[in-house]
Amino acid sequence: MSNSPQNPFRLDGKVALVSGGARGIGAAVAEALAASGAAVLVTDVLDAVGEATVARIRAAGGKAEFFHHDVTVEAQWEQAVAAAVAKLGGLQVLVNNAGIETAALITQCEVDDFKRVMEVNVTGVFLGMKHALRVMKPGASVINLSSVAGIIGSTAHVAYHASKGAVRLMTKAAAVECAALGTGIRVNSIHPGIVVTDMGTAFIQDFVKLGLAPDYAAAEAAIKAIHPMGFGEPSDIANAVVYLASDATKWMNGSELVIDGGLTAA
Amino acid sequence: MARVSNKVALVTGGAKGIGEACALLLAKEGAKLVVSDLDIAAGEKVVKAIKAAGGEAIFIQQDVTDEASWPKAIAATVERFGALHVLVNNAGIAIPGSAVDATLADWRKTMAVNLDAVFLGTKYAIPAMTGTVGSGGGSIINISSIEGIVADPNLAAYNASKGGVRIFTKSAALHCAKNGLKIRVNSVHPGYIWTPMVEDFLNSIGDVSEGRAGLDSLHPIGHVGEVMDVAYGVLYLASDESKFVTGSELVIDGGYTAQ
Repeated sequence: MSNSPQNPFRLDGKVALVSGGARGIGAAVAEALAASGAAVLVTDVLDAVGEATVARIRAAGGKAEFFHHDVTVEAQWEQAVAAAVAKLGGLQVLVNNAGIETAALITQCEVDDFKRVMEVNVTGVFLGMKHALRVMKPGASVINLSSVAGIIGSTAHVAYHASKGAVRLMTKAAAVECAALGTGIRVNSIHPGIVVTDMGTAFIQDFVKLGLAPDYAAAEAAIKAIHPMGFGEPSDIANAVVYLASDATKWMNGSELVIDGGLTAA
Repeated sequence: MARVSNKVALVTGGAKGIGEACALLLAKEGAKLVVSDLDIAAGEKVVKAIKAAGGEAIFIQQDVTDEASWPKAIAATVERFGALHVLVNNAGIAIPGSAVDATLADWRKTMAVNLDAVFLGTKYAIPAMTGTVGSGGGSIINISSIEGIVADPNLAAYNASKGGVRIFTKSAALHCAKNGLKIRVNSVHPGYIWTPMVEDFLNSIGDVSEGRAGLDSLHPIGHVGEVMDVAYGVLYLASDESKFVTGSELVIDGGYTAQ
């Protein structure tokens, strides 16, 4: 028990950048990090929703700023990282959360749609690591939101699976590289199952649109059937991000934290 | 802020090493502890430390490989604290030996402690948790190892036992989830942690300090882990913060299996 800090799950004095932090899992993550003591730069393309998330954090007594941010644009990553340092005093935690999906059978998937998913979900994460790692110091933590879709396959989401699988292994590559260079920076991935958010709802609706289920209820029932504990909540993911952001995980590097109610256990 | 207040936790192999750290941390975070071990003196010492820090704990001597010990251990837990919410199946041994060198006796002993006991603990804990859990549900945490994911030519029996724990955990998780039991079952996979077990293991195969340097170099982060690194993971899985996590593998290994 020697050398254990009083409360290692606290994040006081740390600055976190959460991409896609305006809504859904990202907003829950930003709020949880702030509640645990971190100052948070909420970045998103959705300005009004992002500002509202910042306002909620401030109303709860937390510290946060909003930054308009398209994660596919390298210059905007440089600016976002600089903003975290200039406005909040540094960067110890990067949560690469921004992500999109497109629903289509492989034979029907437009190449532009495929590329767009890869651009946001893969290039966005790469650029985030590239620019955050340049300023991060020992003890910093990078948390990449992959998905159970980065571990198993499913119908009509080829681009999403490809992108999340890439995030899973980019994470390990970065983890090994950061360790080899002696940076003292950890890189881990989180793999949520279905979480009740706008994106989760859209994911279910897509099955109806594609004619793979007769209606929303049927699609939801089919997806629920493979989630033995039902669907998750954004807070389930946010709690794990706080754990990985904290010094409690100082020896975790290159790990996959699966939060899926048993989906991939079967 | 206590993260597992009002929970009752049973930790096997709780007298030393990772088990001791888990017991102390869970108690510090508000849980009432049952420390189970073969070693009475070391186990009582952990209980004393928990009480001295203001916590509640009892020691029970238990041979986890003995089926009859499990109903007794769980009955003692429920009798003293009224419930069982968290079981940490931590007790384990490591006997070096390749697929050719390992003796059948060593193989069976390893399986008995590392795998039979995890099965037995889970088998008897689930009905107890089902009967007594509050809104938070129950959590069973099985300590596997990176050696349940990747192999070592000189750890044939240990590899087999820890691989068994890994997939048994998923089976138990699915049983609980599909039956709506509100009990989660997960495995933890530490890399090499500096504990009496690892020290004894190194001693059995050669020079301890040389051995430690060799183990340090296996982990990309550059050093073996500390017991608290694992204890914090167990705390996360024991708490309601991980209520949607079941059948998962929590790898805490300094990057060992990422490379």
